Amino acid sequence: MAKGVKPRVKVPKTAQAGGTITIKTLISHKMESGQRKDKEGNIIPRSIINRFTCDFNGQNVIDVTLEPAISTNPFIEFEATVPEAGDFAFTWYDDDGSVYEESKSIAIA
Amino acid sequence: MQFTRRDALAVGAGAALVAGLPIRAMAMGDEYIEAFTGGAEVGEGGITLTAPEIAENGNTVPIEVSAEGATEIMVLALGNPVPPVATFKFGPLAASQDAKTRIRLAKTQDVVAIAKMDDGTFAKASASIKVTIGGCGG
Repeated sequence: MAKGVKPRVKVPKTAQAGGTITIKTLISHKMESGQRKDKEGNIIPRSIINRFTCDFNGQNVIDVTLEPAISTNPFIEFEATVPEAGDFAFTWYDDDGSVYEESKSIAIA
Repeated sequence: MQFTRRDALAVGAGAALVAGLPIRAMAMGDEYIEAFTGGAEVGEGGITLTAPEIAENGNTVPIEVSAEGATEIMVLALGNPVPPVATFKFGPLAASQDAKTRIRLAKTQDVVAIAKMDDGTFAKASASIKVTIGGCGG
């Protein structure tokens, strides 16, 4: 597991039934592109988050394939529909096989 | 010095080489586009790609893609050593086919977004971004 990986997600606490909310996600990760070289001129191996998914009560909201061209600490912002109260599940997949998870519940106002 | 026939040929060959460079770069992007569309025709309109005109730091360039009725949006940076940037797939609970992220750009270049619509057609948008400090290498 890469060091210092910390997911952060911003989801409103409540929403209208069937309403639209904006979700912002960020995960601290160095996203080593595999293009950079160290002082000795050796290529630093690629180590990135290659996939991000967001589901709400088991239904998919967004599924993103990330490539090395995504910046350090990948930030993704998108909109979701909230049909009922429930939980958002966020998952990040690392190149080294680690999976980082975060969940947020939302209530109907 | 006289401008001989041999010189003329050399100049011509050099010019052809230079002119050939961007065409080759485009062909590289086309490869990825074709893999995504399966060779289908790519139309214009119906998709917006929002990006700054000038990016001071190529390490983190904010972009936004939006395409109403899209199931997938692919983003390519044609001037990067590895052109693919990201592919967004929208699920049934996505309120809008809209996403924002931050990307790396190696140099001043065109960024292309291609949307796959739910009726199976494809749409393309591109933006030219000037990069002051490149975001790859080091």
